Amino acid sequence: MTPRTAVDTAAGVRSGSLRAADVLEEHLARVAAREAEIHAFNLVTQDAARARAADIDRRVAAGEDPGPLAGVTIALKDNLCTRGVPTTCSSRILEGWKPPYDASVVERLAAAGAVFVGKTNLDEFAMGSSTENSAFGPTRNPLDTSRVPGGSSGGSAAAVAADFATVAIGSDTGGSIRQPAALCGVVGVKPTYGAVSRYGLIAFASSLDQIGPFTHTVEDAALLMEVISGHDARDSTSIPQPAMQLRQELGKGVEGLRIGRITDLPAGADPGIMACLDAAFAALEAQGASVVDVQVPAFTYGLTAYYLVAPAEASSNLARYDGVRFGMRVEAPDTNAMYSATRAAGFGDEVKRRIMIGTYALSAGYFDAYYGKALKIRRLIANDFAAAYAKADVLLTPTSPTVAFEFGSKGDNPLAMYLCDTYTIPTNLVGHPAMSVPFGTAELGLPAGVQIMAPTLGEPVMFRVAAALEEAAK
Amino acid sequence: MSEQIVPGWELVVGLEVHVELATRTKLFSGSPNRFGDDANVHIDPVTLGLPGALPVLNEHAVELAMRVGLALNCRIEPCTFHRKNYFYPDMPKAYQISQYDQPLNLDGFLDLPDGTRIGVERAHLEEDTGKSTHVGGDGRIHGSEGSLIDFNRAGVPLVEIVSRPDIRTVDQAKDYVNELRAILVAIDASDAKMEEGSMRVDANVSVRRPGEPLGTRCEIKNVNSVRSLGRAIEYEARRQVDLLEAGDRIRQETRHWNESDGRTHTLRVKEDADDYRYFLEPDLVPLVPDREWIERVRSAMPVLPAARRASLGAFLGVPAGSAAVWTVVDRGQDEYVLASVDAGGVGERVLVYVQQAFAEAGPNPAVPADGLARLTVMERNGELTATQAKDVLATMLETGSADPETIARSKGYEAMDTSAIAVAVDEAIAGDPAAWGKYCAGEEKAAGALVGRVMKATKGQADGKVVTALLQERRAANG
Repeated sequence: MTPRTAVDTAAGVRSGSLRAADVLEEHLARVAAREAEIHAFNLVTQDAARARAADIDRRVAAGEDPGPLAGVTIALKDNLCTRGVPTTCSSRILEGWKPPYDASVVERLAAAGAVFVGKTNLDEFAMGSSTENSAFGPTRNPLDTSRVPGGSSGGSAAAVAADFATVAIGSDTGGSIRQPAALCGVVGVKPTYGAVSRYGLIAFASSLDQIGPFTHTVEDAALLMEVISGHDARDSTSIPQPAMQLRQELGKGVEGLRIGRITDLPAGADPGIMACLDAAFAALEAQGASVVDVQVPAFTYGLTAYYLVAPAEASSNLARYDGVRFGMRVEAPDTNAMYSATRAAGFGDEVKRRIMIGTYALSAGYFDAYYGKALKIRRLIANDFAAAYAKADVLLTPTSPTVAFEFGSKGDNPLAMYLCDTYTIPTNLVGHPAMSVPFGTAELGLPAGVQIMAPTLGEPVMFRVAAALEEAAK
Repeated sequence: MSEQIVPGWELVVGLEVHVELATRTKLFSGSPNRFGDDANVHIDPVTLGLPGALPVLNEHAVELAMRVGLALNCRIEPCTFHRKNYFYPDMPKAYQISQYDQPLNLDGFLDLPDGTRIGVERAHLEEDTGKSTHVGGDGRIHGSEGSLIDFNRAGVPLVEIVSRPDIRTVDQAKDYVNELRAILVAIDASDAKMEEGSMRVDANVSVRRPGEPLGTRCEIKNVNSVRSLGRAIEYEARRQVDLLEAGDRIRQETRHWNESDGRTHTLRVKEDADDYRYFLEPDLVPLVPDREWIERVRSAMPVLPAARRASLGAFLGVPAGSAAVWTVVDRGQDEYVLASVDAGGVGERVLVYVQQAFAEAGPNPAVPADGLARLTVMERNGELTATQAKDVLATMLETGSADPETIARSKGYEAMDTSAIAVAVDEAIAGDPAAWGKYCAGEEKAAGALVGRVMKATKGQADGKVVTALLQERRAANG
């Protein structure tokens, strides 16, 4: 079997001891064996991947260096634009649409020598926490196929957990990388807002969306961040600084670091999950860190604020799917009827629900009471976090309040589904980085994820803690 | 007010002017900002609002907008962009990126040539929409068979200049637009052509009894020339006065000016107006022009047309508001006129020639300024008649020549001596005794026929002033 990590794969391919073509075929064989059951992908691009792997091998043979991800197989969430390759957001409304351009992250990954295996399933337009909202059917959790992989980046998390690809890329608006990473037992990173270019990421909520990696190891996550982060002039919200250097942080240990425990964290996590979190604090303390108690009183209002801000932005971002220029069109006698018919047929229920909520929240007469108030809560949360980070270098919480749940268990209750993101949402609202690292098993022996949160551009310290937890979990 | 449209009523007008900025590329993408090419050639993912595309602000557009603000005496402020959400097929993202409660330019004014100061509330940046062409029907979307959309214009940078409701007459409204247009062209912000749509004027019109609070306004759209603006405001004011005098109320609405029937028609009433659901554009960051940037733009500002008209008028001793001065400054030819006069030209004649003959010549005419100067001197000295001078000038314009003397010689224009003209005058008197009789009886107009005969006989080479003088001399001798 070829290596399971990107670091080892790239090292092997670059040195010529491993062929990219062999790495790819091994992954494609696993896809052939289990994809029908898992449904991680909306599209497997094996022909393009084979051509690409062959090219990598040719370049190595010619003495060239294809880059830090040489021959590493990667699955891309199907809300990242790929030139000439269908990009659907798991929505009927974009079925068949082929973007004329690559997302910035796709360009950077390609330039680093990665091999793209396919486009992964998601909750439609990234709205959901189980990947059940996909117009093309749900993705199953490879660890227990009666359960969801989480969402919205469920396909990417499942692709890594099932070894369909060495690593995957997802997007995180309120937890959409971290929660499925936790439920599938892999590492997932939501970088600082602006650290990774959003150019070519199909927007759900522009002020919250951020692209990040799924990996088996913390080191792989660091490597992926080094490739995809850094300023991009095509995204005005991109932070003007070079790519992060994170692998150098991993061996530094946690001695002297202050690990924050949020004493007023919203309740509701299962006992097994909380036990894993306690064990994580203990493990870090054992490695020389100190645990400090902090308060983040506004944390608990995050969910409410999020479900006004995100739908408000979504209602505007998704208005362009009008049947005029691309994607689905349902013909009708006049323009307004065409809009209605197209959008009624093209969007699923959850997307429509959020468009309605968001439209309402922005409407004249309601703006101040809803959207305006949500913006105030965002500021409150930022203030509370700032106070907490004066005392602690990072904060630890559960990633998800539960382990992977069964299909349909929250399907009829949107609010129950929204609660999945209680612990992940506040960081999106303030733009901070956070990541989920597998740490032990909780209910039913399923994996639990611990979330490490850090202040803006606090990735170096966040990754130090992540490496320490990974080490302790071995 | 000097020109009340209906006695006893005061007109109140505020203008919203959209101007396309003369940038090389669009406001948020690298596609060319160009008018008149084939449909849908200046497009890209951002222009089309494709999924995943993001806007990046064009710095040159910001500079031009700052110039507009400075020319209109505005404060330049830290500002933000908002999304204005509404569905329309030529609006690619189904929202327009515009400025809302924090515009770039705030609180300025524009002085009309008559000295009236019109307040400018704001001048903000926003993107243009695409252009729909409705096929079939009367060219409007309702009743058409289909629509074609050209996205070349989508994303073109606009500045929207909003005046305060300080305009009180139709002439002031027209002067405001003319003065604004002159400024925009002078600062290279826009070509500001109403016919091509690079400058679009909407008028908010209301009427009231003098001294009363502002009346309910109607917004008039589809005004495509300064002349139409005057007609539309006048029509709308009368319509409102008629309603009020009949005891009715004005409904706040948007009205469409129809050039062919000379009326305004309801487009939409206020209750049907879109709720634009403005919110801060999350894909852009606040725009905060620092002092250094503002000063750099300010120091590169040219002298504005009003000041140029004043100095040209003062220099030539003619009114700054005269048509000739306005036209010459408008074309940017005032420097040229000054240069020609400096080279010894006859000021009044130089001004007239440039006004009349240099319409296509641009700010740097091919004819050297000293050449024009010498032409006017030859004319003043009687070496050329006015007609001959015009002909020589036409040749100079064609060839870019600086040498009126040679051209005059090659055309055989040498001043006739007075004795030859006298012979022709005597022949004319003999040839039309009836006209001569009338002229001698004091009928000055009768001289026309006699002068005409002289000109015909001399093939236009006689100096008209000399002919008239000779006729007067002979009449005096006759009397």
